[in-house]
Amino acid sequence: MTTLLVEEKEIVVPGQIIAEGLDYLPGEDVLREGDHLISTKVGMVTLQGRFVKVVALNGPYVPKRGDIVIGKVVGVGLSGWRLDIGWPFEANLSLKEATSDFVEKGTDLSKYFDYGDYILCQIVNVASVKIIDLSIRGPGLRKLGLGRILSLPSPKVPRLIGKQGSMITMVKDATNCKISIGQNGTVWLSGEDPKLEMLAVKALKKIEAESHTSGLTDRMKEFLEREKNGL
Amino acid sequence: MAYEKRIDGRKFDELRPFEAKVGVVPRAAGSAMFKIGKTIAVAAVHGPRELYPQVFQNPTRGVLRCNYNMLPFSGSGDRVRPGPSRRSKEISLVTEKALLPLLDLSAYAGSVIDVYIELIQTDAGTRCAGICAAAMALADAGIPMKDLVSSVAVGRVGGKIVLDLNKEEEDYEGHATDIATAFATRNGQLTLLQMDGFLTKEELKKALELAKKGCEMIKEVQIKALKEKYKGGNNE
Amino acid sequence: MSNIERDYYLQLLSKGFRLDERKFEEYRPITVEYSISAKSAEGSARVRIGGTEVVAGIKLEVGEPYEDNPDEGTIMVNMELLPMSNPDFESGPPSIHSIEIARVIDRAIREGKGLNFKKLCIRKGEKMWIVLIDIYPLNDEGNLFDAASLAALAALKDARFPAIVNDKADYKEKTQQKLPLEALPLSCTILKVGDFFLVDPLSEEEKFLDARLTVGVLEDGSLCSLQKGGDASLSVEDIDTMVELAIKKTKELRKFLK
Repeated sequence: MTTLLVEEKEIVVPGQIIAEGLDYLPGEDVLREGDHLISTKVGMVTLQGRFVKVVALNGPYVPKRGDIVIGKVVGVGLSGWRLDIGWPFEANLSLKEATSDFVEKGTDLSKYFDYGDYILCQIVNVASVKIIDLSIRGPGLRKLGLGRILSLPSPKVPRLIGKQGSMITMVKDATNCKISIGQNGTVWLSGEDPKLEMLAVKALKKIEAESHTSGLTDRMKEFLEREKNGL
Repeated sequence: MAYEKRIDGRKFDELRPFEAKVGVVPRAAGSAMFKIGKTIAVAAVHGPRELYPQVFQNPTRGVLRCNYNMLPFSGSGDRVRPGPSRRSKEISLVTEKALLPLLDLSAYAGSVIDVYIELIQTDAGTRCAGICAAAMALADAGIPMKDLVSSVAVGRVGGKIVLDLNKEEEDYEGHATDIATAFATRNGQLTLLQMDGFLTKEELKKALELAKKGCEMIKEVQIKALKEKYKGGNNE
Repeated sequence: MSNIERDYYLQLLSKGFRLDERKFEEYRPITVEYSISAKSAEGSARVRIGGTEVVAGIKLEVGEPYEDNPDEGTIMVNMELLPMSNPDFESGPPSIHSIEIARVIDRAIREGKGLNFKKLCIRKGEKMWIVLIDIYPLNDEGNLFDAASLAALAALKDARFPAIVNDKADYKEKTQQKLPLEALPLSCTILKVGDFFLVDPLSEEEKFLDARLTVGVLEDGSLCSLQKGGDASLSVEDIDTMVELAIKKTKELRKFLK
């Protein structure tokens, strides 16, 4: 007999028994111990078919192949750059993944990307914890210009983006800001009006703080309208 | 002299008033405060981050590094000289051992997860309070854990087995027995056991039963504190 | 070396904005709590400036006076930048940054005659009180200098002498007697970023400072300590502007000490 001991969207803690019985399968951040399915994080219970998973409310960013991230250039070498993507180890952006130009050997690569530049790129390979390869060959991937950098917890990124980008588009439209969000939680933001930029920052922080609640989309719509009118 | 009534009037199996709060150090990856009686511990987690020097890196999993420290004005008499002491280093070690069995650090090879525990005020049971705070801080940081860890001291004071000694009981008649324990209560697993004093095998059994009960009571409050952080988001 | 964050910040400042919604001269919300470690410390306090949280504690010890000041007690100020409070702080002995803050606060109290050292004398030439002030940040979101200064003074206000038994402090017995606090030398730090002067920086703003000036000010507006920091230089006019601003802001800060 399989029983779910909690409701969907309920917040559970590590060690909490979510289900008893063998019919459910352990999904992300859930482990099976004999008859029990246990949560390993503080998060919301979600059912996906037969899988029970926990959507964590906080946690370190773990790089995955295919992730779009925003990294900061912390090393300029002879054949590429090293980027800080919020992981304990730096990731590599090789010359051939950055440009199809012919670059002479010995060129100072800092004229392409310099220390302190922020790059929107994609993880193309995670060979090990210390070997992570990036690329900017892809639509929209590029060096980011003048703007504001924020750091938000990576588990919140899906909520910040929203279904098919609906949430982030709402914020961009309401504030006339360009916003790029990396799966690693790094956000780049740039607008014309500092007051609207500030509103975008407030909106992102609000979504982050209330990501586990329902009705957030409507509330954010109201919030953005109200705040804009107040400006 | 028979110990019929506890110095502060509690029952023998009663904890001092205690409370927990999560997220008290916003800049950290995770944090929590645990207060029991007059002992106040704050724990904060930073990392995973690269572990230096490299020779200490573990190629298969992350390393847990705990640092227990008493603030100079937190002792019960003289000022505590700042900096690590042999005692604080030992406590840091047993704290790490108390938490490690419940953590899954397989995703963080080569890295370290730092847990800093600071004691703001002390009245016995400091390492236990530190462990309670650290467990919540790790959960708050989203480090995968198989269970929370709860920790409390038991002992024998004036011949009686008691739960959660305060400083006066620790010093009672010069020879109370003090036992620090930590449990992952879901499976009743013990992860910390230290004893200072002497007692019989039967008394130890009784003491551990009592400690487990105490930890179960503490765990409820730890769970509540973790969930409390996310309450009240629906109203605007 | 690219610095889009700094360039962006300077652009923001030139439009009259900071990274949060405050004006250049505005402090974040400040709270002061007393007796946060009442069981152990002779005096203690917790100060919050925005998200920055600093605790300070006072311990009193009996010691021997220095030969050249036989009828005076003394203070010792210690600060450690706890790694808990900021992922960039390392474990280990006090860093030069924490030593700087501690010494600046010490000077402000000493030169500002915050404590009447003569009233800390127990027996001339033989015994005196040492007031040990320990300052510890628990969460660093910028402006540790000012938070530390406020916390130290609040803890001094909170402190009471322990009883003395046989020339030693008896910590089990606290008296009602306050410390001889005769002035409140408060520090205020002014930052210069580009051509702009700011007060109470967030950590994200502190990264961009060109120079800073920490000014210790007494109630009557006179100065009791100065410390310039940062890699850039300041003109005499800059100093003038910054000192004016510090005097103005410490008046406001003083209100938080009741």
